[in-house]
Amino acid sequence: MELLTINNVWMMICTALVFFMHTGFAFLEIGLTRQKNTINILFKNIFIITVGLLLYYIIGFNLMYPGDFNGYIGSIVTGITPPENGMTADYADGGYTWWTDFLFQGMFAATAATIVSGAVAERMKIGAFMIFTIIYVGFVYPIAGSWQWGGGFLSSLEFGDATGFYDFAGSTLVHSVGGWAALVTVWLLGARIGKFKDGKPQAIPGHSIPLATAGVLILWLGWFGFNGGSVLSADPEATSLTLVTTCLAAAAGGVVAMITSTILYKNLDLTMFLNGILGGLVGITAGADQMSPEDAILIGAIAGVLIVFAVRLVDKIKLDDPVGAIAVHLICGVWGTLAVGLFGAKAGFDQFVIQLIGVACYAVFCIVTSFVIIYTLKKTIGIRVSEREELEGLDAHEHKMDAYPDFRLNEH
Amino acid sequence: MKKVEAIIRKSKFSKVKKALHEVGVNFFSYWDVTGLGNEKEGHVYRGVSYSTSDIQRRYLSIVVNDDFEEVTIKAILDAASTGEVGDGKIFVSQVDEVYRIRTGEKGGNTLK
Repeated sequence: MELLTINNVWMMICTALVFFMHTGFAFLEIGLTRQKNTINILFKNIFIITVGLLLYYIIGFNLMYPGDFNGYIGSIVTGITPPENGMTADYADGGYTWWTDFLFQGMFAATAATIVSGAVAERMKIGAFMIFTIIYVGFVYPIAGSWQWGGGFLSSLEFGDATGFYDFAGSTLVHSVGGWAALVTVWLLGARIGKFKDGKPQAIPGHSIPLATAGVLILWLGWFGFNGGSVLSADPEATSLTLVTTCLAAAAGGVVAMITSTILYKNLDLTMFLNGILGGLVGITAGADQMSPEDAILIGAIAGVLIVFAVRLVDKIKLDDPVGAIAVHLICGVWGTLAVGLFGAKAGFDQFVIQLIGVACYAVFCIVTSFVIIYTLKKTIGIRVSEREELEGLDAHEHKMDAYPDFRLNEH
Repeated sequence: MKKVEAIIRKSKFSKVKKALHEVGVNFFSYWDVTGLGNEKEGHVYRGVSYSTSDIQRRYLSIVVNDDFEEVTIKAILDAASTGEVGDGKIFVSQVDEVYRIRTGEKGGNTLK
């Protein structure tokens, strides 16, 4: 009983830390975008966490953890009712209570839509985004999650000597699931006015780099819970190793991205430094409990290089991702997932192939579902604000509000 | 009476202020301005180079009696110069009349 209490307290702390990540995402997104769209972005973030939690209560949790099911899609059961042993040490090996289970997973659920929010910032209709969020968080994320964390077909996939896809805390299940949708939506939405001139990418500087910096440090703190809680108990060795690998990968990702971007562009770009930290964090997430400190540093460092080139690639193929969400969450999410087959305790050719199959399954599922949702919205209610609204700012038109009424200087 | 208006680098403001005090010019107004000029400021943001032609400067507006015109201009010229492009400009114009609002009196005495 005592151990259950200790475990459960740790898991509730982690739940709170993951909740706090929404502050980090909000700060990062508004920091890297223009002041005229601040209310709009904050509104989306608040919408995601509130509606996301309710959706997870209504259908998400049961859809993601259906118990015995066909391995592909669980049945729709509304509401949550704890099982008889849900508050005892019998449940989940005494790692946490059933209530904690719900809330911890619920905090994760909203993250996938938050990733999309940043990528589509400054030009997407808020109504279309809300509908997308409801469908993606309510159905797509839980179904995708059930394949692995819910005991679905990927968790028992066999290839050679290896059994089971592995994604410790969600490089794929959370970050790539959001990242694929971000990619599809950004493509269907088109670039912001002024982002590409004569085919060349233009800089549209964010309005508050201090907020972006605070956001990244808050996200890093939140990751203590994201990865630390994914141990699913307060197991001393597993939790402490996980925090070590998480932090080392974040640090390595930041430093290497900073060096790479400095060599390429001859300036010390803080935003790349920040994206590098996030890349390292996303990269280590799939195997945070499987890696040695050295593996973690390598995984983070490679993520740091990937970030810089991925941001450049996204620009090159004329996709407009104001906050670098595709580079951070999709590219580094895929990298982290594959890294489980290359580094650490599970490394091996067979495991690598399983990881590759897993990545491909999620790619197909997320690309198809997000394409269907966004394309349907595009053809019906429309997904993009008018040119005038975009130029004057979504705050003024979608919300009729001003984020900083006392500071109106730049009308760009 | 003359109005001496100067657009200077913000970084030179305290030096110019001190130089003006030294020649006895103790009252003037100033504000920050954004302008366009020959100078371009190079920036890089997330791997994309760009330059802004909007230049941040400080604008001084000084009204002095005719006998102060020359020392005022010299003080600014000496204090605000770096020798690089972008040091700014000085404009001199005639002022027809000056009133002191508190007393209603007018003329050069109001500037002392």
